[in-house]
Amino acid sequence: MALTLSSRRRSRRLAADAGLLAFAAAFALPLAWVVLSSLDSHAGLGVKAPDGLTLGNFDAILTSDITFTPLLNSLILCGGATGLTVVCAALAAYPLSRFRSRLNRPFLLTILFATSLPITAIMVPVYALFVQVDLIDTMQGTIFFFAASQLPFAIWLMKNFMDGVPKELEEAAWTDGASSLQSLVRIVLPLMGPGVSVVTVFSFVMMWGNFFVPFMLLLTPDQMPASVSINEFFGNRGMVAYGQLAAFSVVYSTPVILLYVLIARRLGGGFALGGAVKG
Amino acid sequence: MTTAAPQATGPGAAKSPSGPPPSPPDAPGVPLRRSLVRALPVSPALVLLLLFLAGPIVYCVWIAFTDLQLTGQAESSFVGLENFRTAFQDEEFLNAVWLTLVFTVISSLIGQNTLGLALASLMRRASKPVRTLTGGIVITAWVLPEVVAGFLLYAFFRREGTLNAILDWLHLPSQNWLFTLPILAVSFANVWRGTAFSMLVYSAALNEIPQEVTEAAEVDGAGGWRRMWHITLPMIRRSIGTNLMLNTLQTLSVFGLIWVMTRGGPGDKSQTLPLFMYEQAFQNSMIGYGTAVALLLLLVGSLFSLIYLRLLRTEV
Repeated sequence: MALTLSSRRRSRRLAADAGLLAFAAAFALPLAWVVLSSLDSHAGLGVKAPDGLTLGNFDAILTSDITFTPLLNSLILCGGATGLTVVCAALAAYPLSRFRSRLNRPFLLTILFATSLPITAIMVPVYALFVQVDLIDTMQGTIFFFAASQLPFAIWLMKNFMDGVPKELEEAAWTDGASSLQSLVRIVLPLMGPGVSVVTVFSFVMMWGNFFVPFMLLLTPDQMPASVSINEFFGNRGMVAYGQLAAFSVVYSTPVILLYVLIARRLGGGFALGGAVKG
Repeated sequence: MTTAAPQATGPGAAKSPSGPPPSPPDAPGVPLRRSLVRALPVSPALVLLLLFLAGPIVYCVWIAFTDLQLTGQAESSFVGLENFRTAFQDEEFLNAVWLTLVFTVISSLIGQNTLGLALASLMRRASKPVRTLTGGIVITAWVLPEVVAGFLLYAFFRREGTLNAILDWLHLPSQNWLFTLPILAVSFANVWRGTAFSMLVYSAALNEIPQEVTEAAEVDGAGGWRRMWHITLPMIRRSIGTNLMLNTLQTLSVFGLIWVMTRGGPGDKSQTLPLFMYEQAFQNSMIGYGTAVALLLLLVGSLFSLIYLRLLRTEV
């Protein structure tokens, strides 16, 4: 019995491996296209081995116009918004995690409700509103909106991480006369370093890839982040240089993939909706 | 949608930024003053949320009832339900509703959800290197910026693209997918991009099923499908519920992916509600009408969001 079970298990493992590899191959094809084309001097739209391996595509796009300015804009936008998000989320999570209040639960439920709203839907009114208050086409306006749209999830995530830090350590500091701000900055945040980095990286990655928000709120080409400027390859340059488009995609995507790998283990299985499932 | 604003202003009233300076949490004082001080750190987040999230939502509700246009910003007047009446008589709008439904059902309900579950359960039996490789590839598709994902799948589905090359190689008929079946192409694109999330959710859920339960069933001679149907699925039904809700919400708000691949075309054959909203507001300069569509989208989203909260609550 045991033997048949284990041999059955082995054959089942082989079947599972084969199935997964088939899915993996299907998922990998579009990814293979971008990598191969970026190195191909005659890149087309189909996956094929490069005609001649070349770094020419990268050479062609690594100029300040095509790559450096948009990436810098992305960095300013996403960096600024992430900073704002993390600071506000850490401050907001502290009383929610530390003190009992009748308002905590309604507040947290509202936040949870807001995390899953389709933000895309409000971009048209946001545009109209930004025109009224003169925030349209400004970096700071876009940063504020980015931060606000990411905040509900960031607060929720931050609060869950903060709940994991035992309260006793702060109580000692309080008796020594530390204010709650001091104990937050000196004790709680250092203890939940990994949690803070997850919130930071996750917010950054979400914004880095976001297209619609800067597409709507920024108008001047000089201010466009990479997510919008990538459209240029299709628009004004006439014939589409697919090799260069692929090279740009690689350059633009690499930072977020690396950042994700950095925090992947902490997000891991327990990520499951950022602890939303845990309540 | 209106629920967000009042609830958010509730605590907001108690947390005005001009409170007393921070003091140790256990400082003596009247309870009200103490809770004000304690709530003070919430205020920066609250101000941001009220100004940039709740504000636009309230504004959305307002301009959905006006005839605000892009040209001649200054004059707009209250038109009541006119925008909504127009919408439900507008064939393009109904077309967008239908396409959104198709897009959501194919890509989120069927595609991401089922494929995510299939991948997660295969992974439990597969060997570690295969598991790591597949997980890595599927998650990379998820982490890629939206626009990049759009381009990759544009290249995949184009006439000269990879899919047709494979079909040719198999001697199957090829066609211009983005032209003949655009909604199917963008749905597959969304599956490609979004399955990783379901895979992660279901991997976590399956890991929580005690090994003994499935082993016992296996010894009793229950086959794979029966175990799946009678044991696994009932045990992870909460995860299925929350995952379906989140997938649907995610899919309702997809814009960039479709925009890059088809611009909603050809004609309006892949124009889902977000793209329709954009077209009405900016190409046709009718912000009021576009916002009315946005409000409907937001209402549907809030409904799903509320169901999602209920699902969570039964377990919290």
